[in-house]
Amino acid sequence: MKDYNLTHLRELESEAIYVLREVAAQFERPALLFSGGKDSIVLVHLSRKAFHPAAFPFPLLHIDTGHNFEEAITFRDDLVKKFNARLVVGSVQESIDTGRVVEEKGINASRNVLQTVTLLDTIEKYKFDAAIGGGRRDEEKARAKERFFSHRDEFGQWDPKNQRPELWNIFNGKKRMGEHFRVFPISNWTEMDVWQYILQENIELPSLYFTHEREVFFRDGIYLAKAPFMAMKPAEKAEKLRVRCRTVGDISCTGLVLSTADNLEDIIREIAATRVTERGGRYDDKRSDAAMEDRKKEGYF
Amino acid sequence: MTATEEADFSSKGYLNMQLLRFTTAGSVDDGKSTLIGRLLYDSKSLFEDQLDAVKRASVQKGSEHLNLALFTDGLRAEREQGITIDVAYRYFATPNRKFIIADTPGHIQYTRNMVTGASTANAAIILIDARNGVIEQTYRHAYIAYLLGIPHIVVCINKMDLLDYSEEVFEKIKADFNAFVAKVLPGEDLRFIPISALKGDNVVKPSQKMEWYNGSTLLETLETIPIDQDHDMIHQRFPVQYVIRPESDKYHDYRGYAGRIAGGIFHPCDEVMVLPAGIKTRIRQIDTFNGPLDEAFPPMSVTLLLDDDIDISRGDMIAGAGDLPKAASEFDCMICWMNPKPMQLNGKYALKNNSRDVRCVIDKIDFVLNINTLGQIPRRTSLAMNEIGRIHLRTTKPLFFDPYTVNRQSGSIILIDEATNETVAAGMIL
Repeated sequence: MKDYNLTHLRELESEAIYVLREVAAQFERPALLFSGGKDSIVLVHLSRKAFHPAAFPFPLLHIDTGHNFEEAITFRDDLVKKFNARLVVGSVQESIDTGRVVEEKGINASRNVLQTVTLLDTIEKYKFDAAIGGGRRDEEKARAKERFFSHRDEFGQWDPKNQRPELWNIFNGKKRMGEHFRVFPISNWTEMDVWQYILQENIELPSLYFTHEREVFFRDGIYLAKAPFMAMKPAEKAEKLRVRCRTVGDISCTGLVLSTADNLEDIIREIAATRVTERGGRYDDKRSDAAMEDRKKEGYF
Repeated sequence: MTATEEADFSSKGYLNMQLLRFTTAGSVDDGKSTLIGRLLYDSKSLFEDQLDAVKRASVQKGSEHLNLALFTDGLRAEREQGITIDVAYRYFATPNRKFIIADTPGHIQYTRNMVTGASTANAAIILIDARNGVIEQTYRHAYIAYLLGIPHIVVCINKMDLLDYSEEVFEKIKADFNAFVAKVLPGEDLRFIPISALKGDNVVKPSQKMEWYNGSTLLETLETIPIDQDHDMIHQRFPVQYVIRPESDKYHDYRGYAGRIAGGIFHPCDEVMVLPAGIKTRIRQIDTFNGPLDEAFPPMSVTLLLDDDIDISRGDMIAGAGDLPKAASEFDCMICWMNPKPMQLNGKYALKNNSRDVRCVIDKIDFVLNINTLGQIPRRTSLAMNEIGRIHLRTTKPLFFDPYTVNRQSGSIILIDEATNETVAAGMIL
């Protein structure tokens, strides 16, 4: 008898396409949160599939901390051109300049937390009613209870104890004026699934994900990139090493790993053997055990 | 998993893995969190930093051994109270399958979470504490698995280590459970496994202490349960989710109906009926980003192109021409109420079924189920949170559906409170 099973990657892909089409059908002004990281790049790929042969019916929204890896911005601009997408940028620098937020001081200063205000302001400015994100439930314990369609009140806040039940594949995107939704089409994917899918689909990634030589320094068990705005303690020394990013975000909180992997197969082999979670290299989660939960309640990605 | 097996993740074999979704049900202290922790730990799905965090927390709480239950701890409120308050999703993989666990709390007041977790599951693990045997809550867990149409049930009799790994105890519990099932849950795919989640017996590794047991371990069972018949492969059902009309010269006349196949196998040239229009046509092409397909089946997301130009929009149903779904604007269904504000007789709600949005009125509550005895309590005028009952409702426009027992996608509904926009109920059409 013929086998009517989909592979796990095909099933996850089909689920994500279904969710993206629900967003287009249920919301008036959705946007896709694009960070230049692999998860949001996979989302763009899935969006192209979901609406083929039409263009995907939402712009890309990038929240720019100003502390970027140059390679990520170049990649973003090339991608926008290649797929003829629309790009909206929310600037953290602008939020600082207009006094909406105050820049953190000290050695561990990061603009990562400030992003939340810029994100919510940008959502309000463009009247976006749904923001599609690349969040996955395997990333962090607070995300394990996140819905595909995650309701946010008019202050952009998430109430983890009062979430709408989500059954079968029926998604409830009903909301009042001023409220919005965060939608996570790849909720059920793991880091390994994402990499396998990138390999299967031959999706182009920023060079940051592959091994390269970079000036880095070591802090609390993590390598961080040396950059003009990165304050270093006197004891910290920058050294040139062969590294790659496991995630790509704001420089101040993106950890790098020592690696010589220069192709997808090697990266996957490396991840299979690595015994530290992806977010283990995120400096922002080290602040406290409930760091992610607190940021999410306030309206973080 | 050994280092050589890890390398397999990058081979083509990994690309051919299957996906199994399962839910776990157990009463408080049945060891559910420990079991999940054990599955993740022994299948090497935990990372060093997660392990470190749990080791630190175990010491802090004064545990003698590594507290596996802490791996599934989620929200801060839960850590403070030591309970699970919502469905949490966990992931792990072996070289054969990827698993999604819907981890639901066992407290009596959380029927709604169990229903939520069960709605997407291929399999249910029901945990029984060997010391307590089959208790009222076991019936509740088994009934919810059955009501939500979970095709495979694995009963794990846990804490065997506390009863000297006694075969007698195992057989007694199995007989008690079967006696209940024969009455209420005919035709279920049922399996029984004696385990100790704490000591690891028969979870991932075969037990050395229970030579009388010849069956598979839990993980082997989960890896081999056949799942290709879990969808309805017979009745062709395609709820139209979105209409694709590219605004480009190249695709000027393209009109594609996007959706996820809910039942049956579709081929080009198949004769189909478009509902509610009631017009017959043929499938011209099954389109995808990667090119046209020769066939498509659940749960694939595709785009159908049809021979004739028909006015079709979201909420319509494309079905096999000789094999139509029911079309009705009143029907009976089993309902699980999920909101603190009770259901009111004659109350009006928004209703979602497939991609269709309608309004409805509840015009009869036949009975409420005593979830522990499965007795029917004739009722009255309302249904409270976590209650399951049978109701009759009328909709403003007809729905196109199959009985839930035939098709879990087309036969399911949710109700939404129009004042708060909250999802207040889950329904299975009879």
